[in-house]
Amino acid sequence: MLALSAFAAGLLFGLGLIVSQMVNPAKVLAFLDVTGSWDPSLAFVMVGATAASAIGYAVANSRGIPVLGDRLEIPNRRDFDARLIGGAALFGIGWGLVGLCPGPAVVMLPFGLWQGSAFVVAMLAGMGLFAALRSAKAGSSSREVGV
Amino acid sequence: MTEFTPGSALAGGLMIGASASLLLNLNGRIAGISGIVAGLFQRDLREVSWRAAFVAGVLLAPLLYSVLFGPLPPVIFDAAVGMIMAAGLLVGFGTRLGSGCTSGHGVCGLSRGSPRSVLATGVFMITAVVTVLITRHLIGQ
Repeated sequence: MLALSAFAAGLLFGLGLIVSQMVNPAKVLAFLDVTGSWDPSLAFVMVGATAASAIGYAVANSRGIPVLGDRLEIPNRRDFDARLIGGAALFGIGWGLVGLCPGPAVVMLPFGLWQGSAFVVAMLAGMGLFAALRSAKAGSSSREVGV
Repeated sequence: MTEFTPGSALAGGLMIGASASLLLNLNGRIAGISGIVAGLFQRDLREVSWRAAFVAGVLLAPLLYSVLFGPLPPVIFDAAVGMIMAAGLLVGFGTRLGSGCTSGHGVCGLSRGSPRSVLATGVFMITAVVTVLITRHLIGQ
């Protein structure tokens, strides 16, 4: 059941990325190009997504437990550290270079474009590099929580 | 140069937010794609299975889209292979270092008012805008 509900959520997530045109790097770059021919469309994606997600969060929070899972696994850290800021900065540079973030990169794979596939391979390599450096540093690895 | 499409952008955004709401209320998990993808590579099969199912859903979305709505929207790249590989590396490494991307921090985090996500979203928006400013206007293409 957990896999089925995750599958449905993934399907809806991917549909949303295509409907909103987040999958089009030209569209994303036009949104980020605030001093050029700015296309503010993707701000509407953020508004719609955060509004719907806020309702879902309020419902989940008031219920206290998920319908199928064991517990709500919501990150509760509130501190700021260099890792958070540095990671977000690097991600933003990569996003701005090509116009792809992880969700659109995955949903684009079946489009069969070499650019999308090459990006995903490099992205997985970047994630693998991080995991390798972390385990080399810590000597042990623990399970990651989504965010 | 792209057309302003507020209606489809809002509709797509609502679907993304509804997806995050589903995953949180049914599975109790955050719909952060970078975390979900990175978590595919572990030994805990219970953790791998729901992540694989989510990714499978994302991968089947283009097919469902074309059945429901017709031809897929245009996807236009303006980057050479070296740039694409460098960007992919930065996105993969950066989202793990910073514990999230546009979905985890930008959608899920902002919608619950997480201060870490507000900061991360502000930082990646700024560096992305500055990157585009440099590559499009200062260096030129």
